[in-house]
Amino acid sequence: MVKEMTCIVCPNGCLLRVEQDGEEITVTGNTCKRGETFGKTELTNPMRTICSTVRTVFSDIEVVPVRVSAEIPKGMIFPVMEEINKVRLSERLGIGEKVIENVLGLNADVILTSNILKEEV
Amino acid sequence: MLKYDVTVIGGGPSGLSAALSADRANAKTLLIEREASLGGILKQCIHDGFGLLRFGEKLSGPEYVYRDIKAVYETDIDVSLLTFVTKTEKTDDGFILHLVNRDGVTSVFTKTIVLCTGCRERTAKQVKIHGTRPAGVFTAGQAQNLVNLHGLMVTKKCVILGSGDIGLIMARRLTLEGAEVMGVYEIKSEPSGLSRNIAQCLNDFDIPLHLSTTVKRVYGHDRLEAVEVAKVDEKMNIIPGTEEIIPCDALILSVGLIPENEIAEDLGVTLDRFTKGPHTDNSFMTDVEGIFAAGNCLHVNDLVDYVSENGALAGKAAAEYVKKERKYAKITIDRTLGYIVPQEIDLTTDLSKVEMYFRSFSTVKNAVLEIKIDGNPFMEKKYMVVRPPEMEKLVLDLSSAGLTENSVISFGIVKKEGDING
Ligand SMILES: Cc1cc2nc3c(=O)[nH]c(=O)nc-3n(C[C@H](O)[C@H](O)[C@H](O)COP(=O)(O)OP(=O)(O)OC[C@H]3O[C@@H](n4cnc5c(N)ncnc54)[C@H](O)[C@@H]3O)c2cc1C
Ligand code: SF4
Repeated sequence: MVKEMTCIVCPNGCLLRVEQDGEEITVTGNTCKRGETFGKTELTNPMRTICSTVRTVFSDIEVVPVRVSAEIPKGMIFPVMEEINKVRLSERLGIGEKVIENVLGLNADVILTSNILKEEV
Repeated sequence: MLKYDVTVIGGGPSGLSAALSADRANAKTLLIEREASLGGILKQCIHDGFGLLRFGEKLSGPEYVYRDIKAVYETDIDVSLLTFVTKTEKTDDGFILHLVNRDGVTSVFTKTIVLCTGCRERTAKQVKIHGTRPAGVFTAGQAQNLVNLHGLMVTKKCVILGSGDIGLIMARRLTLEGAEVMGVYEIKSEPSGLSRNIAQCLNDFDIPLHLSTTVKRVYGHDRLEAVEVAKVDEKMNIIPGTEEIIPCDALILSVGLIPENEIAEDLGVTLDRFTKGPHTDNSFMTDVEGIFAAGNCLHVNDLVDYVSENGALAGKAAAEYVKKERKYAKITIDRTLGYIVPQEIDLTTDLSKVEMYFRSFSTVKNAVLEIKIDGNPFMEKKYMVVRPPEMEKLVLDLSSAGLTENSVISFGIVKKEGDING
């Protein structure tokens, strides 16, 4: 089985050819090692990061941006979005602080990516 | 009147880097921003992918810019927020800037200015669409601002016109928030966004991309109700009979960015017809002595990492600026390049590391960039592929190129000859 895909690890966006022959997976078209890893996991267990916002209780700043601290399985994007949308932040947390710990047991936290709640007190 | 060596106008990534590097070069620096906080457009770019080149990390926009904001507040740089430049005057040894902010009206003197005013989006007025003007037509950046900074959902079901990166990013963002994105329609036969954004923003969510297709008409009175799309031929004329009506409540436009240069034009800076940004030399100084430009107001970049780097170079050059006689060599491009920056080389500067940025006019595989000086081959550089959406950066050593006043350095892209892989 041969699959063509774009490597999304860096802006170069190399066009990869990923070939599976039984257990053996070979990747060509990559410019660097990271592309090979990407091609292999993309075939077996594709992973993504997601970025979104969470609501706050503060009237000056309605939402703050968040992301997952580590990649999650592609199939878990929407379940994780549901968790993110349940949050209503009532503490003025800073950049990097956890909003949800170990979301859905995926070994990734949902963390704040902005310091805006701290700045505008 | 307060006096500064360098005044940076615009507090986005280019302005932050320019101010930081001017400060490092011991210049007394002022940073002016019209919004309530620093960070520029990156405040609303909450997706990740920023900083791979500069930090080797995949950061979101706010995280990327936070590092520079923090650094700025740790220096003696004067930051003036919610501040507008109302008038600029040129004096013998610099400029007087008239400012308005919460404290009222003030004036400052500055020896040099670095313009870091970013870019703005092309709007519905700049694309030809028939029909009424109902609510529900947004630029991708407006939609991004409303969703990411204000938590407002702008649509339940939308169509995206144009395949620019911001539109692709918003296709994913709106899908994550529960909207249905009916498709991305691009008038050209190639997408204008990066391949990785086509993959991770459209393909991942089964959002169709329709090339050589455009929005012909919008329908709706108060709110948008539907759009009519149609295929176009090679000359971008609508092919009759290919029309299709798509019900939707929003049309999101991602049809390109234009450098923002109102202040530059007020100051008499000449703009380049290809970049739509100031015409500059290799120190990123415009044709008005003492005025520099960096970031997206100079030319629209696709990666913020280059914007920061460019800001730092311009900030340093502004800090080191002295008035003197200069001699220039010219830079020209043929039709194979979309643009090049800078447009001139100041021969009185260090020419060992001249940074240049260019875009190709069309996609060329196995491309060779040919650089000639007064018609004689100087250098060649090979590329696996050059594409208009992907800006290329070059660092040239021109110190031993034998440049003299009025030398012409010309750039062109050719396809590698005898290449069997085509
Ligand atoms: C909607 C949008 C989305 C984008 N998304 C991405 C992306 O996902 N990834 C990416 O790499 N690039 C993106 N870009 C390009 C992005 O602009 C650059 O990467 C980077 O932010 C450019 O930095 P800058 O400092 O040149 O401009 P900006 O970030 O635009 O900053 C310019 C600053 O100048 C201020 N300003 C302008 N005029 C004045 C004035 N007269 N007086 C005072 N202040 C002024 C503005 O308020 C703003 O804060 C996007 C651009 C836009 C418009
Ligand atoms: S293969 Fe390497 S260079 Fe190519 S896109 Fe992937 S990470 Fe980037």
